[in-house]
Amino acid sequence: MADRVLLSSAQMASFVARGFLRFDAAVPEDINQQFLDEVGRAPQRGESVRKAYAKLLSASGIPAVPAGTPLAQAYPKQSAITRMLELPVVQGAIESLVGPNPTFDHHFLHVTFPPEFYEARGLPNVSQHTHQDSTIDPRRAFDVQIMYYPHDVTREMGGTRFVPGTHLRLVSEAAVARYQNIRGQQHVVCPAGTLLFLHHGIWHGGGVNRSDRLRYMFKIRINPTVRQQRLWDTSDLLNDHHRQRPIFLIKEAPDPNSVHTILTTPEPWFEADTGRLEYLNRVRMWRYLLGDDRFDADYWLTRIENEPTASTHA
Amino acid sequence: MQRPEAFAILRGLMKRQKVLVLYLADSALDSNVIAWAQYDGTAKSEHMAGDAEEPPYASGLAALRDGWRLLQIAPLQAHAPGSEFTTSYLKYECLFEQWVDVDG
Repeated sequence: MADRVLLSSAQMASFVARGFLRFDAAVPEDINQQFLDEVGRAPQRGESVRKAYAKLLSASGIPAVPAGTPLAQAYPKQSAITRMLELPVVQGAIESLVGPNPTFDHHFLHVTFPPEFYEARGLPNVSQHTHQDSTIDPRRAFDVQIMYYPHDVTREMGGTRFVPGTHLRLVSEAAVARYQNIRGQQHVVCPAGTLLFLHHGIWHGGGVNRSDRLRYMFKIRINPTVRQQRLWDTSDLLNDHHRQRPIFLIKEAPDPNSVHTILTTPEPWFEADTGRLEYLNRVRMWRYLLGDDRFDADYWLTRIENEPTASTHA
Repeated sequence: MQRPEAFAILRGLMKRQKVLVLYLADSALDSNVIAWAQYDGTAKSEHMAGDAEEPPYASGLAALRDGWRLLQIAPLQAHAPGSEFTTSYLKYECLFEQWVDVDG
């Protein structure tokens, strides 16, 4: 097995700021094909979506795994999922984000059916409401959800919709369903073998499938078993990582690869005031990952933490 | 009941509500739309999550000027001690409606 490829500091900072990392066509075609073979037969036209789903899940070679199982023990050795998880880029991303020996939380095979499955039964074929998985989760530690797309996904097939930068918002699952569209939302249109690594809090939903093919997406949620601190390749962290830079009145364009820039880049949906709170919360998450509360980006936390105690009076 | 009143009631029954929800960048009604949702009681159009990349109006004011009636605008609320930096739901929600005639 080749050595794992840990994430860089810029990739980690991007995950902190935006809540996702995307690796296009990271899984080789033979593993994708093996995965689809293990999923089993495609449902027949005319079946109800509910029955087709139940049959597919029960007949597929994907095992039912108890929550809390070590990830390394969750899948058969030569299965497509084990082979995917052992890819150097996947091992490296997992170890960088949640550390070695993560715990398996749950997995699910998401299947989005073409219109004819709904039309035959007179049911509406609609996209999934926007939601945040699980429930209100105020932890600083975070879980990661791996989304695996084993075949090409076109825009017509819907794709997973997600909103970069929403992961640090404390909301209650489907309470955000009213937000039909949010500026900056992305639709996962991708080549076969693409992987998304998502922070557990990111807002997302399944897109409506208007093609004539089924769309598959396999999701695995994993939990850390160690403190998430400096688990990535920190060799690119600069010595002046803590140094502040000029803000507001600046003479040159900021370096787009600087951690400071990445943590203070807004998303298109940011509100004028709470967008600044997003910066604060990103900096707090970066401090947590560094294990160093001295870090700040563009003075956002330093300013409001400044409460001098020195007195001019004797 | 007089005949004109009866006609007015019947006309009312022939109307359906359209609802537009705009989320703005700040509390001013003329600030930019950052998120939106539409529900059409006439069933002449269908809207769903992820169906558009650009909002139907650039601002709340633009919706007003196109004939939408503002029903509700999010109040400004003090920040609860201890939660000043917590972000959660979009803050600046504006609810609009239109009443539209439908064919008998």
